[in-house]
Amino acid sequence: MSQATLRVQKISGHAGSVPGQDAQREYTVCKLIDTTTCIGCKACEVACMEWNDLPFGETSFDNTYQTMPETRWNYWNLILFNEHEKEDGSLMWLMRKNQCMHCAEPGCLAACPADGAIVQYANGIVDFQQANCIGCGYCITGCPFDIPKMNPKTNRVFKCTLCSDRVSEGLEPACIKACPTGCLHFGSKEDMKDLADKRAKQLREHYDFPNAGIYDPAGVGGTGVVYVLHDATKPELYGGLPADPHVPWSVKLWKGPLKWLGNVAMVGGLIGLFVHYLRFGPKAREDEDIQPGGPS
Amino acid sequence: MSHQEQIVPHGHILRYTFTERLTHWFAGFSYVYLLLTGLAFWSPWCFWIALGLGGGQVSRMLHPWIGLIFAASVLRMFQLWASQMRSSAVDREWWKNIRYYSTNQDDKMPPAGRYNAGQKFLFWGFFWSAGFLLLSGVVLWFPTYVPWNFRSLRYLAVLIHPAAALLTIGLFLIHLYMGLFAERGAFGSVIRGDVSAAFAKRYHPGWYEEITGQATSPKK
Repeated sequence: MSQATLRVQKISGHAGSVPGQDAQREYTVCKLIDTTTCIGCKACEVACMEWNDLPFGETSFDNTYQTMPETRWNYWNLILFNEHEKEDGSLMWLMRKNQCMHCAEPGCLAACPADGAIVQYANGIVDFQQANCIGCGYCITGCPFDIPKMNPKTNRVFKCTLCSDRVSEGLEPACIKACPTGCLHFGSKEDMKDLADKRAKQLREHYDFPNAGIYDPAGVGGTGVVYVLHDATKPELYGGLPADPHVPWSVKLWKGPLKWLGNVAMVGGLIGLFVHYLRFGPKAREDEDIQPGGPS
Repeated sequence: MSHQEQIVPHGHILRYTFTERLTHWFAGFSYVYLLLTGLAFWSPWCFWIALGLGGGQVSRMLHPWIGLIFAASVLRMFQLWASQMRSSAVDREWWKNIRYYSTNQDDKMPPAGRYNAGQKFLFWGFFWSAGFLLLSGVVLWFPTYVPWNFRSLRYLAVLIHPAAALLTIGLFLIHLYMGLFAERGAFGSVIRGDVSAAFAKRYHPGWYEEITGQATSPKK
């Protein structure tokens, strides 16, 4: 929402260069979510609403520890709950804090046709600029995580900003600040990957989680939100976290080959018709008089 | 309308009735709006068009509604013309000789009826494209109503909509070229409705024969 002190590196629907690109060195920031120590307290959900001044919305109870079925345009941070039965019959309560993943190669930004409606800052945060949003919803189609949500009243799309306004002032996102168990961390991508590696190793070697690992999907160029999972081979268990997320192939095809082919065909067609007219001219000359309204 | 009534004063022939002309221009104006706003959404290099037409939000809001008008006009044209757009033996000959047509050697062309094979192709091209544009357009209109499990519908729509639009752009450019530049008299005919006998004889000899033949034969 705020880009006061944040440099921009990518702009949606933008013709021409990006102002300030590569002007300064910046850390790629990252949020680390350790699902193994999340107790589902929802402090992050509340902190998100508080800091971002999101209006109170109705919650729903579905006999689980989940506030509502999915994130909303004005509810950007939701802990997804899944009661998972292991092979030995014992239960696991899997909690995953769901929000925008801040992909390095954001599908929302690739799909967006509105100049400057979606930007990616040099620190990696993907942010929506609602003033420029035209409400087409292409970002919804571009996102492999089902994150952008439309405000039906204003037809503008909203999502987690990774508290870009706080981060630009050197603060951690609100959710990180509120977390009581230390399952949320914030820092440079490098540091967070290190920390995640250590935690995953600990889980593999000292706990009964031989498949523990990190979720930082390469299909979207890596994400600005990284998970530690008890079982990294089955991310779907965690509220449908996609195993291999990527920008939809049809969006890539549309914004890639089809666009080039279309542009070449349109410009080529115009030139071709013009040249045809220069070479062959009209089918009949003026003096042959086949205009309507005149004598036959 | 009988062929007799199609002979209008000064030896001219009525080519398009008022209904046909009105429908054509409903389609024409709505198509141009769709084309301009569509191009704005297609490429950042064209986004300025949307700004000129009231802004991106306004363009996004109006595009689908104008699309409905366009779809309705295409449907009306289908009712008016579909029966005359069936391919005939002459049309197959026409395609074989298209090189003469495109080099203005019209005297070497087989005698076209009211519509030549190219016009029929344009008609069906627009008809089917409009169908695909309408179906994919409805999905793009209401992306939030497509459940996550049916998201492949959205993936299809973002591909089909521009692909079908590009096809219509190709047809549209040729249509404009023929009507405005290549065939003098064609543009006037879809404004005022009539063409000269010379125009009819030159470009649609089959149609000319049909009308004058019946008109000159005694009635009753």
